[in-house]
Amino acid sequence: MSDNTSAARAAARPPLVDVRGLRVAFGSHEVVHGVSLRVTAGECVAIVGESGSGKSVTARALLGLAGTGARVGSDRLEVLGRELGDASERAWQQIRGRGIGLVLQDALVSLDPLRPIGREIDDALRIHGRMAPSARRSRVLDLLERVGMPDPPAAARRRSGELSGGLRQRALIASALALDPPLLIADEPTTALDVSVQARILALLADIRSAGTGLLLISHDLAVVGRLADRILVMRGGEVVEEGTTDQVLGSPSEPYTRALIAAVPADRPRGTALSRGARTGPAPASPSADVLPRNRRGDAPLLRLDEVSKSFSAPTGRLRAVDGVSLEIHRGETLGLVGESGSGKTTVARLALALAIPDSGTVLLDGTPWSALPERDRRPARSRIGAIYQDALSSFDPRWTVARILADARGLRVPRRDRNGSATGIADLLDSVGLDASVAGRRPLTLSGGQRQRVAIARALAAEPELLICDEPVSALDVTIQAQILDLLDRLQRERGLALLFISHDLGVVQHMSDRVAVMRSGRIIESGTAEAVFTRPQHPYTVQLLADSPRLAHRPA
Amino acid sequence: MSELELRQTRVAASADHLEARGRRFPLPSTLLAGAFVIFLGVSTVFPALVWTQEPNAIEATEAFEAPSLAHWFGTDESGRDVYSRVIAGTGTSLLIGVSATSIGLLLGLVLGVLASFGGRVLDFGVNRVIEVMFAFPGLLLALLVIVVYGPGPVTATVAVGLSTAPGYARIIRSRLLSIRSSHYVEAARVLGHPASAILARHVLPNALLPIFVLATLGVGQAIVWASALSYLGLGAQPPAAEWGAMLAAGRTYLAGAWWLTVFPGLMIVATTIATTVLGRALVRHGSGQR
Amino acid sequence: MWAVATLTFFAIRLIPGDPAQAILGGPGSQASQEALDQVRRDYGLDQPLLTQYLAMLGRLLVGDLGTSYTLKTPVAALIGSQLGGTLLLAVLALATAWVLSLGLSLWSTGRGRVAAAIGAGAELAAAALPHFWLAGVLIAVFSTGLRWLPPVATGTPAGLVLPVITLAVPLAGFLTQVMRESLLDAMQQPFVVSARARGESTTGITLRHTVRHAALPAISLSGWALGWLLSGAVVVETIFAMPGLGRTLLQAVTLRDIPVVTGVVLLVALVYVVMTVLTDLASRIADPRLRQEGAR
Repeated sequence: MSDNTSAARAAARPPLVDVRGLRVAFGSHEVVHGVSLRVTAGECVAIVGESGSGKSVTARALLGLAGTGARVGSDRLEVLGRELGDASERAWQQIRGRGIGLVLQDALVSLDPLRPIGREIDDALRIHGRMAPSARRSRVLDLLERVGMPDPPAAARRRSGELSGGLRQRALIASALALDPPLLIADEPTTALDVSVQARILALLADIRSAGTGLLLISHDLAVVGRLADRILVMRGGEVVEEGTTDQVLGSPSEPYTRALIAAVPADRPRGTALSRGARTGPAPASPSADVLPRNRRGDAPLLRLDEVSKSFSAPTGRLRAVDGVSLEIHRGETLGLVGESGSGKTTVARLALALAIPDSGTVLLDGTPWSALPERDRRPARSRIGAIYQDALSSFDPRWTVARILADARGLRVPRRDRNGSATGIADLLDSVGLDASVAGRRPLTLSGGQRQRVAIARALAAEPELLICDEPVSALDVTIQAQILDLLDRLQRERGLALLFISHDLGVVQHMSDRVAVMRSGRIIESGTAEAVFTRPQHPYTVQLLADSPRLAHRPA
Repeated sequence: MSELELRQTRVAASADHLEARGRRFPLPSTLLAGAFVIFLGVSTVFPALVWTQEPNAIEATEAFEAPSLAHWFGTDESGRDVYSRVIAGTGTSLLIGVSATSIGLLLGLVLGVLASFGGRVLDFGVNRVIEVMFAFPGLLLALLVIVVYGPGPVTATVAVGLSTAPGYARIIRSRLLSIRSSHYVEAARVLGHPASAILARHVLPNALLPIFVLATLGVGQAIVWASALSYLGLGAQPPAAEWGAMLAAGRTYLAGAWWLTVFPGLMIVATTIATTVLGRALVRHGSGQR
Repeated sequence: MWAVATLTFFAIRLIPGDPAQAILGGPGSQASQEALDQVRRDYGLDQPLLTQYLAMLGRLLVGDLGTSYTLKTPVAALIGSQLGGTLLLAVLALATAWVLSLGLSLWSTGRGRVAAAIGAGAELAAAALPHFWLAGVLIAVFSTGLRWLPPVATGTPAGLVLPVITLAVPLAGFLTQVMRESLLDAMQQPFVVSARARGESTTGITLRHTVRHAALPAISLSGWALGWLLSGAVVVETIFAMPGLGRTLLQAVTLRDIPVVTGVVLLVALVYVVMTVLTDLASRIADPRLRQEGAR
């Protein structure tokens, strides 16, 4: 085995993978239309695309794992010098693990949750090698050591559910590296991770590449790809629309789609600039000076004020202080960005602001009057002043209801059965204001796309004419171009209606683009706050500094 | 009981996330099951339309005839036509199955609603009651009821209903609890809707529609249990044309006249399969699409 | 347990009719008033209800289940003599059901639409089979037709075959539904892709990964299944004329022999409670995630 790899490396860098005209179809529906791709040793090639672009199917076809019912055809499908176009399942099994390793998105489910990770890593050795059990055991520990797992002997006995997100992703990488495959395919390897963990996993992948392994990286995130890749392929609708070195693709993209993708990345984009193409061609080009309403008028009483609020939950390990002495103010017409990693208490702050949770200590004031202290009966009439949208819009709709009924209900109206398009109840206008066609009214949210669902959620929140909109990770589940449209929509609505936003996200780029002021949360506390400009350019707290350093952003911007 | 709980997962899943590409045309198996249930319905309401002879007409000369064109399912010891008797028994058997399920469902509903809306103490109490009822598996609770009230079709129905109740109660309780903490109920609260409106518009419809689908699945099982009681001589008694009772009567002649056992039993099996297939089709269709 | 005993006790007191009458041979016998009074005194039936209840609880604590009204033997001894056969029957049936459903699940998944349809049809039909009918058909085919196996339980292993099959097949139907579903679910999980990407064969994936996931819900169902089998035993033992708890219970129900009914019901409830604890333990062994939750 090792002879094989060293021979491959010694030769003048023949491609590890050489694919021409790869086509994958499910039934009569072709999802990959003739993709060509080469990866050589020590090189990182990235495939970037949005959901449904065919990038994952392409990657899996290289392992013969395109899925049940998939028909794979190609002019050439050469892996490690062997043509595998019509290889048998047995031949593929020889290649998998030994010639190519695969790292998937979330190790919690990508490693068998019932088996210790040591056994999972050992599997590849057992299947392919003739190594003695004792040699395999020490190899497993070496591998865990190599991916930076603390205390390998103990970790090997753990199961994926018992490790943190970052550590189990390392274990997954170790299992893919078990036999030193010349090529590693990483399909969204850091997508579910916090930025600081993501930065470390990317560093690990960079090390692996430097050691001579070829890396095929699949991602939706241009910024992640930009850190690691030597060459980038941009995929859309099953085709490669642009290909080139990282500098070329990110610095001077030739395709409009690539430019749109890059433009949609919100980080380092000034507040008020449009991210999506549709908005850019709109009648009134937005600029920071085009404010209709003054933001953050001094002297005004804050619209919402959290004063030293704390909230704890009973957890198996004792009381968990989810929010610990947090003070915030949101003024009319401004956006307060709240940023933090998972478990920092952001969502609990949102629930406290919505009075869905009542603080253990401290008070929440709405427009200078008690809010959290009111009994629910007295609070109910004022609830329409604060609206909310969530990450998972679909689950926030009653599954039986149509869009028209959802929106009418939010206005406190009964929907006439005949009024399918909702023209009579003003629902059509409401849909129009969030950029949806009136024909959507008769449909159920389940049949809508992710972006449309979030628009419906926004329309519902607007129906009650709130003064403050609380957005809890509103764009985290969306593709980057859709995310850009939703962010532009929120920005426009804020200017038109003078809405105040509490914008909660783990994504620093999104928060930076959207916010006037920013608060950084960690372990239930706000560790730094200030104007967006101050926090992002002159961070004071070491945690913020680290967070900004870890956060991947595009180094190259087309002029 | 517990298999109902497992099905509940499916029901709940399909209610929350209806299949985007909903099936326009029912599967052939669904159509077949539907046709059979319609046939059963006709047999219940207008048995005379589908039977070939008077079900209690005794014809001593034609006793123990094997199935033939004249007697599709053969004849019994008194020369009565088994097919016609099976048809005549449909009403009784279905009635027992449906009423037993309704009793179980109603009781389950009361317990489930009490547990999920009655506060901590009531929840605790109801849960203990459910647990105790679960400790009498299947027929056992039914047998206990029969010891108390004596054998007979009504007791058997009540008995079967009672023994299915804890299963329904548990499902209803967990379903209500999960809906009450769902995002869409929270969204309605944020909009300032009063609790009573949320209950009427979101919680109850979403909880109960799937449960009724589940009950369709339960009817078949209730028929099996009830006929088992009849078979043991604790439910409907011969010469009533109830399927279980017919089976019990045919048992004596099993060696010579297999058709006395096979056909009424086949009817029970077919009914159970048909209701299950229909129930599953309803689950697939998604109870939310109304 | 205590709740079960209490419930049973009071439920039975609701019986219309005089227990003393039952002791003396049922309503048909012409017992004299003196004899009735005598019996009432002997069995403590003249005491107030609460006293009777407390006395019963006291006796339960020392394992005394009372004396059968009709057989005049201690209930504990009666149950003891019948328990073995029934438990053997139930455990054999449970094991058979497990083997059947594992086999059917593994065979019918991942093998294309025809196999899946056959699997779905088989599980549906099996689960719909009533015990008493299946027993009749089996007897007709294998005993009176082919004469391979005895129609009544003779105490030999051959005599057990039909009763075990009768009990096991419908249960296998239920178990297969659960197993097939979780097997299909497990096969969709990303860890299967990871394992295949390591070069694992299809058989290897089944053996090392998916079977365990499929077995989990079926394990936790086994407690319920055993209770279900015990109540099925009532029917099966009657048909095959086997000595056992089920038949004893049925006779006691027909004759209204209250101490026997109470005793058997209590015992089954006990078995159910024990099985719940056992399956809980088994689930924990098979699923480390549960252990972890418990430890926290």
